Amino acid sequence: MSKIREKFERGEFVITSEVGPPKGTNIEPVLKEAEELCDRVDAFNVTDQQSSVMRLGSLVTCYLLKQRGLEPILQVTCRDRNRIALQSDLLSAAVLGIENVLCLTGDYTTLGDHPQAKPVFDLDSVQLLKVARGLMEGHDMMGNELDGKPTFFLGAVVSPGYEPIELQLIKMEKKIEAGAQFFQTQTVYDVKVFERFMEKASKYGVPIMLGIVLLKSPAMARYMNENVAGVTVPEELINELASVSREDRPKKSVEIAGRLIRQMKDMCQGVHIMPLGWDKYVPAVLDEAGL
Amino acid sequence: MLIVEPKPIEEVLSFLEGEASIFIAACGGCPVGAEVGGEPKALEMKAQLENAGKRVTGYITIDFLCNKALSGLHLARHISEIEKASCILVLSCGVGVQAIANTVDKPAYPAFNTLPMRGVPGVWQSTERCNQCGDCLLYLTGGLCPITLCAKSLLNGSCGGTNNGKCEVDPQLDCGWYLIYERLRRIGRFEILKRYVPPKDFQRYMPSAELRNSRLWALERKGA
Repeated sequence: MSKIREKFERGEFVITSEVGPPKGTNIEPVLKEAEELCDRVDAFNVTDQQSSVMRLGSLVTCYLLKQRGLEPILQVTCRDRNRIALQSDLLSAAVLGIENVLCLTGDYTTLGDHPQAKPVFDLDSVQLLKVARGLMEGHDMMGNELDGKPTFFLGAVVSPGYEPIELQLIKMEKKIEAGAQFFQTQTVYDVKVFERFMEKASKYGVPIMLGIVLLKSPAMARYMNENVAGVTVPEELINELASVSREDRPKKSVEIAGRLIRQMKDMCQGVHIMPLGWDKYVPAVLDEAGL
Repeated sequence: MLIVEPKPIEEVLSFLEGEASIFIAACGGCPVGAEVGGEPKALEMKAQLENAGKRVTGYITIDFLCNKALSGLHLARHISEIEKASCILVLSCGVGVQAIANTVDKPAYPAFNTLPMRGVPGVWQSTERCNQCGDCLLYLTGGLCPITLCAKSLLNGSCGGTNNGKCEVDPQLDCGWYLIYERLRRIGRFEILKRYVPPKDFQRYMPSAELRNSRLWALERKGA
């Protein structure tokens, strides 16, 4: 059974991080980085061609993590595969022993490095969740019976900083109805925003994991403010990060992320850290957060 | 010219559940060519709705519903009948339904499906767009098309990429689902947003042999 599911059921705080498969076949460094975190992190999301950039596949990377005794969370987006391929991949995941599946709509094709690609979006995230649950019940989305049915622990995403939040909450409810068993959030840097969100979202009774992207530089924070939907880095945090020398930035970044998690962890059931290459700082962030 | 076919009356009645009084707006343009338009069809629909226990507050036939200026003038003369109705049932292509939705602050429901003509876009006067998907979903949105307004053609609400009501694909584009959200709220049909919408049937994007052999393409071939 999924380890994170067991932990949620026992009421324990769950910690996840993220693995971005390489652009190429050089998989070893990524696996090694994950292995080094295995004492501190319960599971690893494996991104599905994140930001629409073509990379090594999520499914096979999940399998390789699993072989090394780590717990993967397979991210599946609707951007690149139609309903036939999506269902087939879900069955493949189950056969490889991958239970945790995070269902997403996916970024649009033009945002990545193959902007000419044909966008698929045959299903949306809500429909994908429902399809996955159907597979668990032993039938495909046409109602055809399966010979052997998979077991999944289905996750979904939600964006606490999205305006108007009502739209996100309606979609969140639809996702739960469709089969979502846990949520990871878009990154949050404002305790009040998360508090406001959790006041409304905690009533659904589904585990929610706070998302945190490590802020690497003031420029990155500003970029996110301008370009990433539903993300606002408060000016004080940008100034705080800018107040130290370039060499001291990782230390400051760790301090900020740790502090944010410490302030928000009691409101939710877990934390999902997105280090974006700064994997080696994850233990320090967790130390700082008191986890 | 766009080709339409009536939705089964059962489907129309299913999305009109909860709507007690209805105003009918029928297009007398392209649908007449498809033999489903004009006053006779408006009256036929009126009878079917009344049979089902609905109150029809009035009806109107407009030559080209997609001409919003023309539609506005015609509708203005029926304002009291429209005011008495809780919604408008539109007998036209998807463009006409959206044109009405953008003219009147009442839910505009589609009585027709607009059939795929693959490369024959039709000519219309309004700015609204129809992808001719063959399975009109405008009843789920108050009359704004999620297929053409959302870059990903999502059916269950906006993705996380919406930024202040704008689309992640192009910040100059409005997020279609944000517009739908605002409209449903304005017309008092917010609850519709909570409904699960199943995946689309893409077979309907394929023009049928009947359509290919009997409509415009057949005429084109004859002319050649």
